[in-house]
Amino acid sequence: MLELRDLAVAYGGVLAVRGVSLRVEAGSIATVIGANGAGKSTLLNAIMGILPSRGHIVFSASSLEGLPVEARVAAGLGLVPEKRELFSSMSVEDNLRLGAFLRRKEGRGAIAASLDEVFGLFPRLRERRRQLAGTLSGGERQMLAMGRALMGRPKLLMLDEPSLGLAPLIVRDIFEIIASMKRAHVAILLVEQNARAALQIADLGYVMENGTIVLEGSCEALRSDPRVVETYLGIAHA
Amino acid sequence: MDPSIFLILVQDGLTSGAIYALLALSLVLVFTVTRVIFIPQGEFVAFGALTMATLEAGEFPRTAIMLLGLGIAAAIAGYLAERRVITKRRLAWLIAETLLLPAVIFVLALWLAPRKPGLLPEMLLALAIVTPMGPYIHRIAFRPLAEASTLVLLIAAVGVHLTLTGFGLVFFGAEGSRTTSFASGSLALGPVMVTGQSLFVLGASIALAFMLYLVFELSLIGKALKGTAVNRLGARLVGIEPSLCGRIAFGVAAFIGALSGLLIGPITTVYYDSGFLIGLKGFVAAIVAGLVSYPAAAAAALAIGIMESLASFSASAFKEVIVFTAIIPVLLWRSLVHTRLGEE
Ligand SMILES: Nc1ncnc2c1ncn2[C@@H]1O[C@H](COP(=O)(O)OP(=O)(O)OP(=O)(O)O)[C@@H](O)[C@H]1O
Ligand SMILES: [Mg+2]
Repeated sequence: MLELRDLAVAYGGVLAVRGVSLRVEAGSIATVIGANGAGKSTLLNAIMGILPSRGHIVFSASSLEGLPVEARVAAGLGLVPEKRELFSSMSVEDNLRLGAFLRRKEGRGAIAASLDEVFGLFPRLRERRRQLAGTLSGGERQMLAMGRALMGRPKLLMLDEPSLGLAPLIVRDIFEIIASMKRAHVAILLVEQNARAALQIADLGYVMENGTIVLEGSCEALRSDPRVVETYLGIAHA
Repeated sequence: MDPSIFLILVQDGLTSGAIYALLALSLVLVFTVTRVIFIPQGEFVAFGALTMATLEAGEFPRTAIMLLGLGIAAAIAGYLAERRVITKRRLAWLIAETLLLPAVIFVLALWLAPRKPGLLPEMLLALAIVTPMGPYIHRIAFRPLAEASTLVLLIAAVGVHLTLTGFGLVFFGAEGSRTTSFASGSLALGPVMVTGQSLFVLGASIALAFMLYLVFELSLIGKALKGTAVNRLGARLVGIEPSLCGRIAFGVAAFIGALSGLLIGPITTVYYDSGFLIGLKGFVAAIVAGLVSYPAAAAAALAIGIMESLASFSASAFKEVIVFTAIIPVLLWRSLVHTRLGEE
């Protein structure tokens, strides 16, 4: 579904991501974990076309080279960015409707059905559909950002720290929703600080340090890898 | 100044204020969507009025030649910008928008102009000739600068303004024209006679402003424009092309400009370069509103119109000076308020 080969991203002259190769298979969840400043957000922004990059990005068997952000969205990529980038002075419902902007020809019925689906996943958004996005709480904004991305029916959804600033109970809900999206055959590339939760639901894991992938493998293998346990899962095995 | 003169002046002021308000609205629209301070707005006013005057005289409007030229340049610019990723469908759209459309309008103008088809067809034709220039100019001059700073965009806007004024001189000469009034008669409203023309201008302005409001609040494309204005990256992430929004905003601006030209054509004599001063007053109103608030821009525009009308009666030589000087305290106040907000 998505394959990166030897990707490099630089800010000015400084390389923030270098030599990254990874794959996300159709209908699976891949996760990238790593410390602050490892280059995870930079990686996602480059895949989305927000940042220029060198190397190869192949999505659904075609190269994304040279395509602007909106064309990548049209090709089926979706991103919930770290800063969420909501339309703050517009209502929750308008944010969601704009999420389906590219599906506008599908007609009212299809959009209304998607809207209902998203409200089903996030009942709080239904209650607050007339509220301005800028006045939502942090957790609600996160839900809206995910809902808006889902309205576009992406084939691959990239999530940048969906658990950021959320209460544990809501984190559990969000991760359940991510798992359910996998069942709906949406491929997911998940970037997380919460390595424990990420390795729990993902199939394939990548560990990023200083802009490169230092470790990769199935999540079961990574969960028991001593380096991962020590650095990212916190508690040592007695 | 006795009360009846005062009321007449206020009526005049409201009439021109309504036009400044339309221009201010479109300046706010263009700025919020594209970050361009749209100096050439006034040229569309002049082009609209002068094209209309040419059509009334039964002559071929040479702005149609310009439309064709801009279309061809826009086709080339559009192709160059997208050549590596263009699809057949988008290419077909590009050709239809930039080559076919102006060709059709050109032929129509060629055929219709000598027949003097009457007021309404002539107005529609004038609008059809001027409006597409907005999107073409966006494709040619502003799309390549999409990531540039506001200052670079402003410089480009000044460049476009100077170029268009030059073309205006070539096409229409240095003489001014006035078009015939399209709403004759007047209405006694208490002690004042309200002219039909003023009523028409006010009515048309209010109707247009209301229409814009509806489009923005209710249609998806209006919401997309608003979304782009609120959060450009967020808009791109849902697949909204900033350049498409830019073209729409420029198109609306050109349409409003041309329509304003048709509205003031019968009230004042319009020269090839009159647009700048008219546009500047709309611009001042937009600036007073911080280039972001539509209602504030409209209110400021009406105030400027009235102020100008009163000033032209009591000190006509200093009319412009008075209007533009009065802006300074407002700008000072705004900049104070803004720095205070910025510090927080
Ligand atoms: N616009 C920028 N200009 C210069 N350097 C940047 C820019 N954005 C990020 N960086 C640097 O690039 C590196 C990677 O940043 P990135 O945001 O990708 O990290 P991250 O892995 O997402 O971290 P976190 O977990 O804290 O979100 C950091 O050292 C950061 O300081
Ligand atoms: Mg990050």
